[in-house]
Amino acid sequence: MARNVSTQRKLVTTVVAWTIGILIFFPILWTFLTSFKTEAQAIASPPAFLFFDWTTENYFEVQSRSDYFKHFMNSVVVSFGSTLLGLVIAIPSAWAMAFAPTKRTKDVLMWMLSTKMMPPVGVLVPMYLIFRNTGLLDTRTGLVLVLTLINLPIIIWMLYTYFKEIPGEILEAARMDGASLAKEIIYVLTPMAIPGIASTLLLNIILAWNEAFWTLNLSAAKAAPLTAFIASYSSPEGLFYAKLSAASTMAIAPILILGWFSQKQLVRGLTFGAVK
Amino acid sequence: MATLHTRSAARLMIAPSVLLLLAWMIVPLALTIYFSLLRYNLLMPGMEEFAGLSNYTYFLTDPAFFQAVFNTLAIVLGVLFITVVGGIGLALLLDQPMFGQGIVRILVIAPFLIMPTVAALVWKNMFMNPVNGLFAWLAKLVGLQPFDFLANAPLFSIILIVAWQWLPFATLILLTALQSLDEEQKEAAQMDGAGALSRFIYLVLPHLSRAITVVILIQTIFLLSVFAEILVTTNGGPGTQSTNLTFLVYAQALLQFDVGGASAGGIIAVILANIVAFFLMRMIGKTLEA
Amino acid sequence: MGSITLKNVSKVFGAHAVIPSIDLDINDGEFVVFVGPSGCGKSTLLRLIAGLEDVSDGAIVIDGKNATELPPAKRGLSMVFQSYALYPHMSVRANIAFPLKMAGEDKAVIDKKVEDAARVLNLTDYLDRKPRQLSGGQRQRVAIGRAIVRQPEAFLFDEPLSNLDAALRVNMRLEISQLHQQLKTTMIYVTHDQVEAMTMADKIVVLNRGRIEQVGSPLELYHRPDNLFVAGFIGSPKMNFISGGPAASHQAHTIGVRPEHLVLSKDHGTWQGTVGVAEHLGSDTFLHVRADDIGTLTARVSGDFPVTHGDRVFLTPDPQRLHKFDEKGLAIR
Repeated sequence: MARNVSTQRKLVTTVVAWTIGILIFFPILWTFLTSFKTEAQAIASPPAFLFFDWTTENYFEVQSRSDYFKHFMNSVVVSFGSTLLGLVIAIPSAWAMAFAPTKRTKDVLMWMLSTKMMPPVGVLVPMYLIFRNTGLLDTRTGLVLVLTLINLPIIIWMLYTYFKEIPGEILEAARMDGASLAKEIIYVLTPMAIPGIASTLLLNIILAWNEAFWTLNLSAAKAAPLTAFIASYSSPEGLFYAKLSAASTMAIAPILILGWFSQKQLVRGLTFGAVK
Repeated sequence: MATLHTRSAARLMIAPSVLLLLAWMIVPLALTIYFSLLRYNLLMPGMEEFAGLSNYTYFLTDPAFFQAVFNTLAIVLGVLFITVVGGIGLALLLDQPMFGQGIVRILVIAPFLIMPTVAALVWKNMFMNPVNGLFAWLAKLVGLQPFDFLANAPLFSIILIVAWQWLPFATLILLTALQSLDEEQKEAAQMDGAGALSRFIYLVLPHLSRAITVVILIQTIFLLSVFAEILVTTNGGPGTQSTNLTFLVYAQALLQFDVGGASAGGIIAVILANIVAFFLMRMIGKTLEA
Repeated sequence: MGSITLKNVSKVFGAHAVIPSIDLDINDGEFVVFVGPSGCGKSTLLRLIAGLEDVSDGAIVIDGKNATELPPAKRGLSMVFQSYALYPHMSVRANIAFPLKMAGEDKAVIDKKVEDAARVLNLTDYLDRKPRQLSGGQRQRVAIGRAIVRQPEAFLFDEPLSNLDAALRVNMRLEISQLHQQLKTTMIYVTHDQVEAMTMADKIVVLNRGRIEQVGSPLELYHRPDNLFVAGFIGSPKMNFISGGPAASHQAHTIGVRPEHLVLSKDHGTWQGTVGVAEHLGSDTFLHVRADDIGTLTARVSGDFPVTHGDRVFLTPDPQRLHKFDEKGLAIR
């Protein structure tokens, strides 16, 4: 293939790919831009793309009217809390399945994955009633517990696939070197598994942050994370585009940035290592 | 491969997760089954009584139920179709040499990271709104009447929004798989005289089959339970035109407070999901073994 | 000290007996090599001794004490793994120090022992590097360093050289042999490479399908193989086996002649044949001769023997070095 042909081809590919990329990204870009407009400019026709009077008042408005920070903190507590709790429970299990597998290990893993197959509505009613009767309804604790449970299978699977990649010989070497099981996990396994644990952490924070079935149904005013905070804009308030955009931008920005940094791990994690 | 000592320690370490998940599976599910046999409305406390299978008959004869089953499947299949086909196309495109590939990747993956409520609201108000939405403006620009997407084609609109959210996921996974295709295999096929199309059909597609299976499995898990997108856009309407099973049960339980009816619906949803899961697990089991 | 005795040791995985039953004595200070084709159970046997696997039956006695039930760390053994199994997140220093740290030794004692080991193994300049910054041979030495600081009763090596390139392998072979002479500690070494076995061992244990075929010094195995398997496995190029008529004339079912024990001539000899391939190594030439009525024989001749593809040659076995086997494959002596 001649060199100039391939350069030309590369240019064409670049233009096509960038166009599609920007189209896919456009709703987010548009939201971001609109968040800096006045309400009048936000619904102006023809729409203003870049040349408008940039303003940040929408952000202050959103904060003062619907207390963004309270919901932001709820999201942080719920997503980090459920992920950390999940990791504490999952690390020993994943260790055991990766390094001391039995004939049933595969079945156990498959069964754990199958619990994700259960549609949440199947247990919505009892969960709602249990939460109401135990006072967990609309509490962060309650949300942390539920999100831990629904993401536990994914956490275990992810860790399992990462642990599987640590050569068993290294752990045996530690055993030969006189390390007890606890020391083997503390000194050898954990440091080696930190990249894997970190991506598991990241991915599950993203999943928990965006979870919108249980958070919408089991929280009201007090513990509502950002998913529920935004849902409140589905009422006529949503017609205030600039404020909706500012609120949306604030709700998605943290996780968008986190996700961009971890896109590789995202693939591995979500496919349980089946695609590398 | 391990000794008895490590094996018993291992069992101890698996126990918490297994017990938790077992409890999570069994306790609420058992309660759901129990409730589904009661006449039980939260607005009439203390009036609970055994109702046999009447909740099920009620649910199964409700025309809204069939609409919901249809809608659930339509969402799953519609989104799967768009994302898998679009994902393969996009992945092939992104696999070509180009300038700024990393940035394009970042642009493409973004929708996946957006929480469903935000995605749905942004599309609903800023794009699909028949008065102020961008689509309306575009339509007017070319001299057409603005189309009220959510009123006239609610299910299609929801499929579109959900597909937008999941297209990045499919693309990213397929792209990763594509990049693991052995360069030498492609070159060998080129030497053997295979054109671009035959290379795609005989080399690339078989190589992607595993990744496609994974995309289908994982998306199906999530797509069966699409909820937030419906809640903030159409609220299941107009009528029940965009109500899926998840939303139907939610409406029964938390809007009409009919615990018994909602539980029956929940159990039906579980059974349907299990039928789907059965086939999926077999499919993925086979592909992942290889 | 480091004597190891296996009594009736067996290992069963599911319904499959990897090792039906083995008895073996390893004396203190001996360099013992377990050799055999892949899947013969040699690595499993080593892991049983290490305690990384439970024995299904039998007893393992280390230094006069029954160690069958002891966890790996309590057996006083060190192991060098095939992949080296270095801790990737630790420096060379921390890797070597790890077993001492686990044993709760003093910081000062650890430092001194690590420095000593590093000096012996030429690793002093690399102590603060990470394993991934080292070459294959250096990694190998770190793995050995980690094994020697504990001053174990015995060292276990699991195919330690198989990941090195050919030249380095020869070097490390020598280094391990020298280390053994210096330390005089028992070493058990697993390999599938009979050259490693021959060059390093005091005692070779030839394993096949989980059974011991023969135990002996390298030269014993070379000169007096007990059976066809050992005869064919030890020595390179492989021993030639001939059955049928020529064997019957020696009152045997099969006779074996090593390539180096075939005398070649251009004009007279016992068997006649045509040269197929001649592999010239310089010092020697390996000839693959299609002998009439017998089959292909390999002969090893001096490098200056003038011969090429298609030549007719005569082959005569050295009668003193002819191996005879009965129909069960056992040596007739």
